[in-house]
Parts: sequence; C-alpha cells; structure tokens
Amino acid sequence: MSQLSEVAISALLVISGLFGLVGSWGLVRLRDTLQRLHAPTKATTLGVGGALLASMLYFALTHGQVSFHELMISVFLFITAPVSANFIAKTHMLHHVQPEELPPTGRATGWAGYEAAGQGEGSGN
Amino acid sequence: MITLALAFATGCFTLGLLLNLYRLVRGPRAADRILALDTMVINVIALIVLYGIWIDSQTFFEVSMLIAMVGFVSTVAYCRFILRGNIIE
Amino acid sequence: MLRRILPHPLLTLTLAVTWQLLVNTVTVGSVVLGLVLGLIIPVVTAPYWPDRPRLRRPVRIIEYAVVVIWDIIVANVVVAGIILFRRLDRIRTHWIAVPLDITTPEAITVLAGTITMTPGTVSAMLSADGRAILVHCLDTGDPDGVRDQIKARYERRLKEIFE
Repeated sequence: MSQLSEVAISALLVISGLFGLVGSWGLVRLRDTLQRLHAPTKATTLGVGGALLASMLYFALTHGQVSFHELMISVFLFITAPVSANFIAKTHMLHHVQPEELPPTGRATGWAGYEAAGQGEGSGN
Repeated sequence: MITLALAFATGCFTLGLLLNLYRLVRGPRAADRILALDTMVINVIALIVLYGIWIDSQTFFEVSMLIAMVGFVSTVAYCRFILRGNIIE
Repeated sequence: MLRRILPHPLLTLTLAVTWQLLVNTVTVGSVVLGLVLGLIIPVVTAPYWPDRPRLRRPVRIIEYAVVVIWDIIVANVVVAGIILFRRLDRIRTHWIAVPLDITTPEAITVLAGTITMTPGTVSAMLSADGRAILVHCLDTGDPDGVRDQIKARYERRLKEIFE
C-alpha cells in the first residue's frame, strides 16, 4: 500500500472520530432538548460516514476487493437519520411545546400535530 | 500510521458512548433518552466498522447493517409508543 | 394491465440493484432472485402507495445529490463550531415557517429529509393542509434569509425534478 493511501485512510479515520465525539459532546453540552437534536443527527452521521469510507478505501487498497456493503450502510443511515430526528422532534413537541410558541403557518389550518389526532399525520415525515 | 489513527478513532467513539450514557441516565425528558439511545446505536455501528478494519475482516458488515436496522426500528417504535400509547394500531 | 404487474418500475429497479449490492457478487442466481424480489415487493406493497411518483428530470437528481452532500459537509463543520466554541446563551435558536410550492408527498418528504441533514436546521412538522413546513433552526441571525435559502437552494431543484 502506498504512502499516500495510508495518509488518506488515517485522515478519514481521525476526522470521523472527531466528528463522532463532537456529536456526542453536543448531546451533553447544549441546554434545550430541541437544540440537542441538532448535534448527533448531523455530526454522528458524518462521523460514521467517514469511518465507512475509510473502511471501503482500506479493503479496496489492501485486498483489492471493492465492497459495496459500506455504501449500503451509509445510504441506509442517511435515509433513516432524518426520519428518526423528525419522530423525536414530534414526540417532544406534543408534550412540551405549546402551539402558541410556534410561528403561524400562513395557512387557514394549524400545524399538523396539534390538529385533531390522526389528521395529516404520517404525510411527509 | 493506520493503527494509530484507528486507536484514536476507537477512543473517540468510546468516549462518545460514555457521553451518550450520561445523557441517557440524566434525561430529563423522554425525547432526550430516545435521542441518546439513537446516538449510541450509531456510535456502536462505527465501533463495529473500526473493529472490522482492526482485525482485517469483512465479516462484520452484516452485523452493522442489522444493528442499523434494529436501531432505527426501535427508535421509531419508542417514539410511537410515547406519541400514541401503543405501537401497532 | 402493465400497471398491475409493475406498479412502481423505479422501485423494482432500486430493489434489484440493492439486492445486488447486498449480495456483493454478481451471479445469474442473485440477479434472478433480485428481479423476483423487485417484482413481488412492489405488487404486495402497492395498496400502501397507490399513486406513482413522476420524475420529470431524473438527471437533475445527480446535481441535487452533489449540492446536498456538499451542504452536509459544510453543515457538520458549522454545527461542530457552534457546539465547541459558542457560549450557550449566545446561541440564537428560532422557529421558521417555510411555505411550500411543491405538493407531491414524495417531493415534500425529500425536502424534509434534506432540511434535517443540512446546516443547523431540523424539519419538525407540516401544516395540517401540507402547504407549509415548520423548521427548527439551531443558530441564525436572519430567519428570513434561512427560509429564502431553503426555497431557492432545495425546493426549486425538487420542483424541477418532481413536478
């Protein structure tokens, strides 16, 4: 394995570790639940993405076999991360955020979660 | 050099797991605990991938794939339980 | 008739390709199995997804993906900076209501996912009639600017792709 690819893999590993750590640190440091929601869904996804990219490069360069499994895992995480974040936000808001604190929709109706149960739920999350 | 970087990344994610554990125990809201569990799952996936590079084996990708799926479904089920009081209606 | 056998041609293709990537080797057996799965699953799940999404300009998806991935990387650096160095009482958190021009559920779903993945914003809720989206912004001095950026950068492209 050449010097250059070794440097690239190491750099990816270090970056992914740092982002993973920052994401978890944000979960501890930020004060409000909705603020905390921002930290892990972003930083951790790139952290894992970097680790998977490093793993893909490593096996491609040392064993000469290209594996798509890492790609599948990162695609899966990138699709599911917004959905779970949205669910967690909704769970928190229904119990701890009053509709009066939110900006107006600019439409005739209110925000979906606070309207009569079951209406509009599940569309677009 | 890769060995050193691997050790560093493993240390970072392990420390991250401990921080998540703090938030899981501390709360204060249910949403915080779900978020902490979700993040723990993601950190564990990263640790498994790093372990795969460490012992130079590709056997663990199925494991991380399965943990990713189970983690996602359990997060959604947990949220749904708190939102609606049951999981399958 | 074709509609009943192939309710979602794109879903069929996606499932077959996904199966190949999961198996990780291309053999005749795995290709056949992937196609069989790709044919059966859309038929079985068709009642849950009755209308067909239309892609007007599929090529634009690549441009959209590049823009979003670039924004995700920028988002990570920005959010990491806020988490590490910003004083906690200086974080200016805002709720933002973004009116929507796109109407198809698929386009709105992609937009909500994109908003959650990019700089300091999480999409939280839709209005009951599905024409506005509620966004939680971690730190901004200019809420209207964020709204305009979401509309110009993502929604315009999605409108071109889907409608």
